[in-house]
Parts: sequence; C-alpha cells; structure tokens
Amino acid sequence: MGDQPTIPTIVETDFDRRNFLDALLAVGFASTAAAIAYPVTRYLVPPASGEAATQSVVAGRAGALKLNTAAIFKFGSKPGILVRTEDGEVRAFSAVCTHLDCTVQFKPDTSQLWCACHNGTYDLAGNVVSGPPPRGLERFVVNIRGEGDDAEIVVSKA
Amino acid sequence: MSAIDWIDERLDLSAVRQFVSEKGVPVHAQKVWYYLGGMTLFLFGVQVFTGILLLLYYRPSATEAYESVQFIVTQVPFGWLIRNVHSWSANLLIGLAFAHFFSVFLLKSYRKPRELTWVSGVLLLFLMLGFGFSGYLLPWNELSFFATKVGTGIAGAVPVAGHFMLRLLRGGDDVSGATLSRFYGLHVAVLPALSTALVAAHLLFVQRQGMSVPSSIERRLRPGEKLPQMPFFPNYVLRDVLAWYVVIAVLAALAAFYPWELGTKADPFAVVPPGIRPEWYFLATFHTLKLLPSHVLGMEGERIGVVGFGIAALFLVAVPFLDRRASRGERSPLFTVLAVLGLVYLVSFTIIGHYAN
Repeated sequence: MGDQPTIPTIVETDFDRRNFLDALLAVGFASTAAAIAYPVTRYLVPPASGEAATQSVVAGRAGALKLNTAAIFKFGSKPGILVRTEDGEVRAFSAVCTHLDCTVQFKPDTSQLWCACHNGTYDLAGNVVSGPPPRGLERFVVNIRGEGDDAEIVVSKA
Repeated sequence: MSAIDWIDERLDLSAVRQFVSEKGVPVHAQKVWYYLGGMTLFLFGVQVFTGILLLLYYRPSATEAYESVQFIVTQVPFGWLIRNVHSWSANLLIGLAFAHFFSVFLLKSYRKPRELTWVSGVLLLFLMLGFGFSGYLLPWNELSFFATKVGTGIAGAVPVAGHFMLRLLRGGDDVSGATLSRFYGLHVAVLPALSTALVAAHLLFVQRQGMSVPSSIERRLRPGEKLPQMPFFPNYVLRDVLAWYVVIAVLAALAAFYPWELGTKADPFAVVPPGIRPEWYFLATFHTLKLLPSHVLGMEGERIGVVGFGIAALFLVAVPFLDRRASRGERSPLFTVLAVLGLVYLVSFTIIGHYAN
C-alpha cells in the first residue's frame, strides 16, 4: 500500500464525476426498460373473460331425457351433464372432472358418473366413489319450467 | 470474470473489439442526416416487438378480426397502448424512411461504392409500403376494407398480368376473408422475413464501408486533408440513443393523446362511405390516378398511371447506375433537380389529395 504513488486529487474527482454520470445513465436506461416492461408484462397476462357471468342456462327439454340416461349441455364455455335417475328425478352437474378437467360421462349399468381419462367415478350426488378425483363434481340447481315433454330444464349455479 | 470475458475466451472477439474501437463517424455540417437511418431502424424494432405482442390476441378471420382488435384495445391491459404504438410507429417509420431516402438521394450517398446499400434501401422502402398496405386491412374495418378494394383494384390495371395479380392479392375476385388471410400471412411472415434479411444486408454494407461523406464536402477537401472523426463507440452510439429517446417521446405522446380509431366493422354489402382514401403515404399515388383522364392515346388512363409508377420505381432502384457523374465524384445537378422535383411532387400531391373530395 505504502509504495503506491498518490493519485492526484484532480483525477480522483474526475473519476467520481464519471461514475456519477455512468450511474445517472444507468438509472435512465433502467427506468426506460421498466416503463416498457410494466405495460408489456401486464399485456401478456390475459384479462379475465366474461365467462364467469353464466349463471343459468336452458339445458334441454324434459321429454328428450329418458329414465337412466344423461346428456351433455353447454354451461357457458364449459360442459355440464344432465342425468335422469331411475326414479325420474333430473339432476345436473358440471361435467368437468375435478381431477384433470376431462369431461365425465354417465354409466347406465352402475348409475354412476365416470371419467374415462383416469377412471374416476362419482355417484349421482356428485360425490367421489373411487379413483383420483380430489373432490366431488359441482352440482347445479335444476328447475323444470312448463309442463309435459316440452318443459324446459333450467340449470343454474347453486 | 465478466460475461464478455467469458465469451471472449471462447470466441475471440478481438476483431469485433478492434472494429468497434476504430470505427469513426465523420464530423461535418451535414452529419445530422446520419441519424435518420438509425431512427428508422429503431422504429422497425418497435414494429417487430409490438407486432409480436399483437399476435397474441389478434385473430385473422373476417368474423373475428375486428372483434379481436376491439378486445385488444378495450379489454387487454395496456392493449390500447400496444396497438396505438404499433399504428403510430408504422406511420412515423414510413415518414422517417422517406426522409432518410431523400436525404441520401440529395447528398448523393448512393454513388460508388455504395450502390448496393442504395438498392437494398430502396427495396426496404417498398417493403415498408407493403407492410403499411397489408397491415391497414387487418383490423377489418369499413375504411380499410374499401381502401383495400381500391388498392387491389389498381393492381388489376397492370397490363397483361393485372387480372392475375388482382386475384393473387385478393385470394379471389373480391376482397373477402380470403384476402384477410393472405394479407395477414404477408404482413406477419413474408414481409418480416424479407425485410429482416434486407435490413441485415443494408447494415452490413453500412458497417463495411463506413458513413458516406457528401460529395460537396468531399470536393472541398484539400488533397491529403481528412475530416475530423468522432468515435463510433460510445460517442456516436450515445447520440443515436438520444435520437431514439426523442422518437420514443413522440411515439408515446401520439399513442396516448391521439388514439388510433377502430371505426366500424367492415360490411361487404354496405354502401361505400364517402371520403374513402388510403393512408397518407399512398395519397399522392391515389390522387395522381384520380387526375388521369379515362383515356390517353387509346390507352386506359389508369393503366398508364400504373405503368408510370412501375417505371418510376425501377428508376429509383437504378439511380446509382444512371448517375455516372456522381460516381466519378463530380457535381450532378440533374439528379439533384430530379430529387427535388420528386419531393415537391410527393408533398404537394399528398396535400392536394388530402383536401380533394
């Protein structure tokens, strides 16, 4: 340390000024980058779409659904499933399997809802019977509007 | 060890480092024109960047295009900003490209040995006009729909190959969803590929040969005298960056305060709205065609106009090969006059076309 030549003061201030200007420039560039990066990252994340607005749909006609059968209907952008049980009751569920979003189907022989992807089964209350699904299917409220075979099956969110 | 050292150790960047440290930019009274090319290049980058962002939400079909742009500007966070910047930047880019073109023309920078730089630049200018023409249709609104009908109709006036070209451009006999698909492919794939290659060549030529000194200044130098030079890095680069900041500021102000209108959705069965006219950079061409009489010497006026523009375009490409005097380093007033006439024609016809009914 001791045998190093002393740096003239003027060079030292010069150096400080250069550092200061470099820092100023870096802050300027960083701010520009941030001013561009913020709107761009916001833009990249898609906005919430209007799909959640679906609260209620007409899923079908009462006459078209025989005993111990089921039909898929559109609930907004997602599939739902209508089931008429053996004693004539109409039930509606989200047809989206809670495991990995496959569409479930009705098995008339066991009267269960079954997902073909990973063999998950649900009973006709939407509860998991077997397989990997972590929770039951979302159950919708069913109302019958009108009389006879032409009556509309109205499905709404609980 | 810094990242640069790490790369240097493996790839030996000494040639690049030497090139950058030795590169100088001549300092003289006309050096302000050097900035225009860099500013145009910067806007080209802005177009690529914002264009890729728009692709994430845009849908190129007659049923969805308009709605998807509407979605971008109303629903997507900062979608309005991205779209406005893309539209404004396109217009500034074409304006600056024209300014760059005329400055190079008047300074005779195309003279030997820079003929190829000029040729690549003129081709790039044409490609930019192609970008403008094809991009204008993509929002599928009424104005762009009918402007495209007129524009592709002009292609139909080309002798011999006209009808073929019209169908090739439109993807059928009429402007339809098929036209939109074609213009989309052109706008986001074909033109970007071509222009990226040409920009690379253009820049390579400029770096290889250094900046051109205007012949008027070169002639005034005494034998053996050299112009003072400014180091390219960092002095000139920082000045370039400063010019880009000016561009960003103008762009941001325009995008924020003068949003680009979306208009109403195109309806092929609607009546043509009054005052249909192309984008400003096609106004001079458009107005010239309007002024031509329907028949000149037994030929259709429109056809003569189109042939005339074709010849003018070829002439522009060939300028460095035609201007022999400039290539020998002599004064070439004829080409100065031609450039000034061209500039006066474009500016006046654009203004007249804007105010004409």
